[in-house]
Amino acid sequence: MRIKEHPILNFDHTVKIQFSYNGKAMVGYKGDTIAAALFDNGVRHFSDSVVHKRPRGLYCAIGNCGSCYMNVNGEENVKTCLTLLEEGMKVSSAISEVNDD
Amino acid sequence: MIKRDLVIVGGGPAGLCAAKVALDAGMSVTLVERFNRLGGQLIKQTHKFFGSESQYAKTRGYDIAEILIKELDGYGDLEVLLEATCVGLYPDKVLTIYQDNHYFKYQGKSVIIATGASEKVLAFENNDLPGIYGAGAVQTLMNIYGIKPGSEVVMVGSGNIGLIVSYQLIQAGIKVKCLVEAASKIGGYLVHASKLKRLGVDILMNTTIKRAIGKEKLEKIVTVKLDENWQEIKNTETEIKTDALCISVGLSPLHQLMSMAGAKMLDVSELGGLVPKKTCDYETTIEHVYACGDVTGIEEASSAMVEGRIAGLMAAKHLGFKHPKAFELEETLNNQLCVLRQGPCGEKIRCGLKKAGEIND
Ligand SMILES: Cc1cc2nc3c(=O)[nH]c(=O)nc-3n(C[C@H](O)[C@H](O)[C@H](O)COP(=O)(O)OP(=O)(O)OC[C@H]3O[C@@H](n4cnc5c(N)ncnc54)[C@H](O)[C@@H]3O)c2cc1C
Ligand code: FES
Repeated sequence: MRIKEHPILNFDHTVKIQFSYNGKAMVGYKGDTIAAALFDNGVRHFSDSVVHKRPRGLYCAIGNCGSCYMNVNGEENVKTCLTLLEEGMKVSSAISEVNDD
Repeated sequence: MIKRDLVIVGGGPAGLCAAKVALDAGMSVTLVERFNRLGGQLIKQTHKFFGSESQYAKTRGYDIAEILIKELDGYGDLEVLLEATCVGLYPDKVLTIYQDNHYFKYQGKSVIIATGASEKVLAFENNDLPGIYGAGAVQTLMNIYGIKPGSEVVMVGSGNIGLIVSYQLIQAGIKVKCLVEAASKIGGYLVHASKLKRLGVDILMNTTIKRAIGKEKLEKIVTVKLDENWQEIKNTETEIKTDALCISVGLSPLHQLMSMAGAKMLDVSELGGLVPKKTCDYETTIEHVYACGDVTGIEEASSAMVEGRIAGLMAAKHLGFKHPKAFELEETLNNQLCVLRQGPCGEKIRCGLKKAGEIND
């Protein structure tokens, strides 16, 4: 959800950017990184841990932790928190369903 | 391979200030920044800064970033690389830069490392669930992208970052359920803590996080009280519903490039962990490789700016570039650092620098 009113900051959310995530159409705004736009669209589970496949979300949002890696336009291992969103981007993640054990 | 007089890694306050002084002295400079804009941690800081007039006190963090960036605009022989990550540093001052899916090699006659720091994590059961963030990430989502990180936030840690980010959450219209602190004393400035209390935020002292609960994302946390020896007190576990847990338990320097190049490193807890051993000229044990800002010890933007200027000045001096005001500047900057580190707030950093052998009593 976007912040509508803020005592200090003004956010310009006028220019929309269309992209897709795991085949689903989504909308972000100019100035968003891929991760910011995904987060705003309700995505919380960004990747799986390598060995135990535990769900991982954004942790640092500035390129330090590596939990936001996704496939962007066919390119593997892109840090989505550093990469600006562009019109028509195809973003996908290889996350597995969470089971109950 | 592209050759430059100086390559600076990191475009935060330290790197920006280093660039300005080096350009003043006539060096050719390349500034490498992995994010899509310059400014480092300053760009998400909406509060007015403490400190002294010469480090822009009473100015908001993101405005300070603007001032520093403007000073460089069209100035001297400066090349700025954005969305460019330095992934390698070698003893011969060759740097590997990754940008736009390509690797480039640069070589600096000197190199300044100003990579800042990363947030520490806290150990508890399920601490990797989505919905658990570093406080800086929450600040980034809110203040840069205008996105609400959650609807009911719990903050861990009462240092200045924890206190300030809690206040900024409230400013953005987000509920802060409580702030949890393991110690018996507030870590940051009391004015910030009082402000939160007045706004109705519960500050739970002697309390830590026992576990997080949730399937695919955070749903609840369990807190537990600690006794004076930091041992858990039985039957004090409490469940709290939350969709965003913010961890603010300190930072550690991003030392990796210097470790990789073989610079001598020291482990000093007061400085945040592994830091490069350096001379009073901010030179590491590799000749003509300097370090400044949070990567040399966790401190503040004000000291990062001053350290950056000193590193820029020394990089120029050691290569024979003459800064028009070299002599006065060196003295002024060193005095500014002493003033910034005076008093009880500077005690931790003074103690750390003493351990690192950089200052005497
Ligand atoms: C919430 C909060 C409140 C604060 N309040 C104050 C205050 O009131 N007063 C004050 O003085 N200070 C304050 N600070 C501290 C201040 O922001 C930091 O001390 C300061 O930003 C450190 O500057 P720096 O240049 O060393 O690092 P940073 O600002 O972290 O900049 C480092 C830069 O390097 C880049 N980078 C890192 N690794 C690489 C790489 N491999 N390749 C390319 N680029 C890289 C990063 O993207 C970043 O832009 C606050 C900090 C926070 C988080
Ligand atoms: S969220 Fe940490 S690297 Fe992207």
